[in-house]
Amino acid sequence: MEQIPVLKLGDFLLVSIQVELHDELVLNLQDDLTSRIEKTHARGVLIDISALEIVDSFIGRTLGHIAAMARVLDATTVLVGMRPAVAITLVELGMSLKGIRTALDIDKGMALLRLSLDEASDETGEFS
Amino acid sequence: MAFGTLERTKFVTAASELARNTLVHGKGGTVTIIEVERDGRIGIKLVFADEGPGIPDINRALEDGYSTAKSMGLGLGGARRLVNEFDITSAVNVGTTVSITQWKRR
Repeated sequence: MEQIPVLKLGDFLLVSIQVELHDELVLNLQDDLTSRIEKTHARGVLIDISALEIVDSFIGRTLGHIAAMARVLDATTVLVGMRPAVAITLVELGMSLKGIRTALDIDKGMALLRLSLDEASDETGEFS
Repeated sequence: MAFGTLERTKFVTAASELARNTLVHGKGGTVTIIEVERDGRIGIKLVFADEGPGIPDINRALEDGYSTAKSMGLGLGGARRLVNEFDITSAVNVGTTVSITQWKRR
């Protein structure tokens, strides 16, 4: 089965999508990521889409579903590296990816994930 | 025929939406790629044709949020916004034909 690699880095899972997505591939990613969050107890997911030239409504919607599922499993998702032409196209298509956090690049995305982890631990006092 | 990045991204995304409609709603069909020329401008036209169930109310199908299957909701109306020209004809129990054209900027 064709698969997008999911890498574990500390508390986070990293996904760098290097091939154009088709429906089945993005659905596989959704299944794979949710089970990996459960197994690894990851607190954040970073999805790099800088190599993607096309994000249509199905892929956009599925990325939104992934973020929503991750949230229910207590993990924050950040989508990074969207190309400007893809951003323009998605908004014109009518998808503004509400409910999914974005950052310009991997560095900023990782910073955002660390920040959300700090905020979460401040709230619960678990690690303080 | 070389298009700019944005034009290409929009057109291919629209094509992806329409191809999905042809597969999911039209039960499969054909796509024809045509190089077109008008008033000295060149462009590319894609025609998606199926012999599926057809669309009873095209105006409603073009509205955002209209959906008959799980994957839909933005496809037709969204695709129309992404291209220079958009035409649709559909007849119930006969099929649906959608054509989109993108003109190359001079």
